[in-house]
Amino acid sequence: MIRAESLRKHYGAIKAVDGISFTIEPGEIVGLLGPNGAGKTTTMRMCAGYLAPTSGSVQVHGFDLLDDTIAAQKTFGYLPEGAPLWGEMTPRAFLDFIADVRELEGERRAQRIGEVTGLLQLESVLDQRIETLSKGFRRRVGLAQAILHDPPVLLLDEPTDGLDPNQKHEVRELIRGMSSDKIVVISTHILEEVEAVCSRAIIIAAGCIVADDSPGALAAQSDSNRLDRVFRRITTGQSQAGADRERS
Amino acid sequence: MRHVWTIARRELRAYFATPVAYVFIVIFVALSGVFTFYLGNFFEREQADLTPFFGFHPWLHLVLAPAVSMRLWAEERQSGSVELLMTLPIAAWQAVLGKFLAAWCFIAVALALTFPTWITVNYLGDPDNGVIVAAYCGSVLMAGAYLAIGACISAACRSQVVAFVTTVVVCFGFLLAGFPLVLDAFAGWAPDVLVDTIASLGFLTHFNAISKGVLDARDILYFLLVIAAFLYANAIVLDLGRGN
Repeated sequence: MIRAESLRKHYGAIKAVDGISFTIEPGEIVGLLGPNGAGKTTTMRMCAGYLAPTSGSVQVHGFDLLDDTIAAQKTFGYLPEGAPLWGEMTPRAFLDFIADVRELEGERRAQRIGEVTGLLQLESVLDQRIETLSKGFRRRVGLAQAILHDPPVLLLDEPTDGLDPNQKHEVRELIRGMSSDKIVVISTHILEEVEAVCSRAIIIAAGCIVADDSPGALAAQSDSNRLDRVFRRITTGQSQAGADRERS
Repeated sequence: MRHVWTIARRELRAYFATPVAYVFIVIFVALSGVFTFYLGNFFEREQADLTPFFGFHPWLHLVLAPAVSMRLWAEERQSGSVELLMTLPIAAWQAVLGKFLAAWCFIAVALALTFPTWITVNYLGDPDNGVIVAAYCGSVLMAGAYLAIGACISAACRSQVVAFVTTVVVCFGFLLAGFPLVLDAFAGWAPDVLVDTIASLGFLTHFNAISKGVLDARDILYFLLVIAAFLYANAIVLDLGRGN
């Protein structure tokens, strides 16, 4: 379970995230939606323990990200925005390093490394330097790293960014195929992705949650039953209201 | 400690993954030879010791250790991989220590490759090898202190060039802390206690004591404390980064 309570992240006067609360139960695939700059990545970073919130708290599986960082970080796999990796390593050395860090040993280690390289089709590039790989391959190496220890919680920041349509489809299949007792949180601004894989959509604008429902129910709010219409109405409406508030 | 070793191994491989490491080692060994035999008048002195060799190490390390430490964190911050590193279940102190140990091993390897000089002096005469071993220890310790300072500064920088220049300046201050150049800046206004404290912080004083063959526990402890203090500061800098 992930529980975020009134998360705030302020940079001086800028309120990147301003009071976000949610609870995510096992089995849910949640899409964190929002326009660029809405606070998606900041929220993800606080959930992953990379950024400390200005106030509020996040717990993953009962471990607080501030007080019990390591125990919490053991329970999830995380793909940071842009899938940063160490360019001078090969995917083989990189996954080996991650397996060391995740304390995978013996048969399970070899089995998991084999499984994820197969799942993400990395066999052909295992011995090439990561910096020479295409964007799509890099993203998949980043994903392989996140799922290597078969974590109960997955936090993926824009997992399909830079992939071609076929690869996007495969990654979505991969996320959908995750066993039903896992938690998956993906941040994205691609609405079809949310409709295709998510059981719940949390829409963020200007650092606040403006909608939290299943994609179907959200789409039903527009006459034409389209999520993009609803998204546009909610997020632009919010920024208008926010601007009014600032002025007054 | 297991994770410290995992991090150190990855870092060490990263050094050797590019030709930079080999270029660095060649330059280090070549420069130490040039300094010893030309500037240090190794032959003209007609003494079987390595005083001219070790005499230049504080200056050699001053330029080359920051070149090794500058990438430790600045490169990760630049490429964004620091986010991946800090969200893996590894404590900050493990990452700090692992990275530092990798850099220290790297310098130790470069230093070990100067062994032909040692062989030369043994071939030409009958030096006190105990003094030479002590001086090598002192050199490694001093390089460690430079690297710890550099690692801490690297964690505060996004640019490797800024990290390099800042580290050289700070290390230069530490190197000459016992000398008028630094002391005069404090002598006029600071209380004597402070001036004396700064005077005792000089790397050169401690290194010269060790390189004469006097392995005093206080000199060794001094360098180890400098290393520990800056690694601790390094972890604090990383933690401050989480707030931003």
